[in-house]
Amino acid sequence: MTLRPDPTFHATAKLAMQAPVENFAYTLMLSADFSQPDGLAIVDVNPESKDCGKIVHSVTMPNKGDEFHHFGWNACSSALSPLNGHPFLERRFLIIPGMRSSRIYVVDTKGGPTKAKIHKIIEPEEVFAKTGYSRPHTIHCGPEGIYVSTLGGGGPDGTDGPPGIFVMDCQTFDVIGRYEIDRGPQNKQYDFWWNLPRDYMVSSEWALPPQFENGIVPEDLLSNKYGHRVHFWNLRERRNIQTIDLGANHQMALEVRPAHDPVKEYGFIGVVVDTTNLEGSIWTWWREDGKFHCEKTATIPPEAAAKDDLPPLLQGFEAVPPLVSDIDLSLDDRFLYASCWGTGEMRQYDVTDPMKPRLAGSVHIGGITRKTKHPSGGDYRGGPQMVEISRDGKRVYWTNSLYSTWDDQFYTGGIPAAMVKAEVGENGGITLDKDFYVEFPEGYRSHQIRLEGGDCSTDSFCYPSV
Amino acid sequence: MSELTTAGLWLAVIASGIYHGINPGMGWPLAVSAALLSRRAGELFRALGLLAMGHFAAMIGILLPFGAMLTLFVWERQVRIGAGLIVIAAGIYLLINRRHPRVLARIPPGQLALWSFAAATAHGAGLMLVPIYLGLCQAGDLDAGHQAGATLMTGNLITAAAVSVVHTAAMIASGGVIAIAVYRWLGPKFVSQSWFNLDIVWAVSLILVGGIGIASIGYAR
Repeated sequence: MTLRPDPTFHATAKLAMQAPVENFAYTLMLSADFSQPDGLAIVDVNPESKDCGKIVHSVTMPNKGDEFHHFGWNACSSALSPLNGHPFLERRFLIIPGMRSSRIYVVDTKGGPTKAKIHKIIEPEEVFAKTGYSRPHTIHCGPEGIYVSTLGGGGPDGTDGPPGIFVMDCQTFDVIGRYEIDRGPQNKQYDFWWNLPRDYMVSSEWALPPQFENGIVPEDLLSNKYGHRVHFWNLRERRNIQTIDLGANHQMALEVRPAHDPVKEYGFIGVVVDTTNLEGSIWTWWREDGKFHCEKTATIPPEAAAKDDLPPLLQGFEAVPPLVSDIDLSLDDRFLYASCWGTGEMRQYDVTDPMKPRLAGSVHIGGITRKTKHPSGGDYRGGPQMVEISRDGKRVYWTNSLYSTWDDQFYTGGIPAAMVKAEVGENGGITLDKDFYVEFPEGYRSHQIRLEGGDCSTDSFCYPSV
Repeated sequence: MSELTTAGLWLAVIASGIYHGINPGMGWPLAVSAALLSRRAGELFRALGLLAMGHFAAMIGILLPFGAMLTLFVWERQVRIGAGLIVIAAGIYLLINRRHPRVLARIPPGQLALWSFAAATAHGAGLMLVPIYLGLCQAGDLDAGHQAGATLMTGNLITAAAVSVVHTAAMIASGGVIAIAVYRWLGPKFVSQSWFNLDIVWAVSLILVGGIGIASIGYAR
């Protein structure tokens, strides 16, 4: 317990934007062939530092085969919720789930990012026994502690019962139990986020474990069996209050990005692929008179390609789908970034009018057929994937791997870990920093990035920006 | 028991109200949040009203049973000692159990009165008033032995209501002033700037108030 709230907790998104900038980034490293233990890399991102763009410390896990993917903090600005009445937590522990093993690591960053070390390991058996869920994924800190979304239910292949969300204690890291009291028609799970003072949560659907663990299942995709619904919940009653089907052809509704300012009752969701035309799309959801609505507000077309330039999976289509794998919203709710992992493009949309996203910037890097090199000369493979924006909105970082088995299907040559940075222009536009190209140890891939002191996909704010 | 003691005890009722009011844990940030979210200053006052209702209910809910027990004047001394011990025990419990609370976070933001009642009860805010209240009952009833039980009961109940009203008024006035200042001038930044962890101070306050309550029994006789 601290005497004051952690200085990195901010009442509003605007205050978070004005706070000191990040000096370090935390990036997950995974061994795609499971031959080495996964790890957490601490990257110096301070432009003044001689080590800028270098890994200055890493935490290697004691197990192999965890498959790291997403992660998050034990506590964030949500601790300032007036309903908690007790914001005396520290942003100190990173909660890192192994998506394949269901093991969860708690890494202590006290003493500075370069002192990070393992604090606790929650074994898969505890997760299974207390929740009946498996394959933990997204982490958010909220009113009742740490919320963890899972992709699998019980049983060896994770299909015994639906996946869902469970709650962990934010100090002891004990697994408390399932979140849902009434899940309604929800039977798949991916991401989730909320509007805390408005008391609602939004969750999305990717797939069930047999549909992703051994690679994408083309028959399932073409018969529209991946997730395509968005669920809206009464957060504190833990009840699904509305489900919106985006249409079966809109396969894989992934990242949920609500406006950071809780006065705004809208947000965005990215859809990986439309099976009728290979488009990627961005959808805007909003609440009006207590009802939720969701509409497609931006589409990204596929790019034609010669059969021989394509991996076997795509040869029949003679086109590269953009594959919108991640989206992220700046803290001022102005710019939405969309990773087009297939075509190798990072798009920046101006979403000042959330119903009319306007393309404001774009850079190409990697891509299945474009294979654009980094301006430093770096041989960037894969495409832009997990994207994270600095709190002040001036820098955007991203990595290149999607998921071990899927990487190999779309990028048959493999995807060595990369992490790059783009600078954001005053009124939009993005350009790659040619001096920032992080070298990772041999054999690793890179996934989600977290920034020191919070970023644009961790913190939930309880007061409107004024 | 002098008029000075009575005045002192009433001052304590007001002081404890201000103490509770300025503590963000008793709810003033909720009034700020309500006004900012609805973009209407009126919501701030509505929220303060609901917070006051909940706080008042928590106070009177604790004071009434003690007031009623006090009319069993054969046991008066025991009731006073018992009350003091309960308050001390609550303080010790809060001192030992300083975990991040989860229960309050489960109350929906729409139910401010319930939240305020639960927050006050969970922190033992009502208990803090018990020894002061019992002191006031004693001060008012010097010739208690000569009064009928019913009269005494009525007197104690009126005192309980008066203590709860005065305390809640002081609480909501002080919290309200801060809420208005933050809403109009200071901005949400003040929320994290002004929030100090009072867990230990609060627990020690309970132990002190309980202790003084017990100690004053000997003095009053």
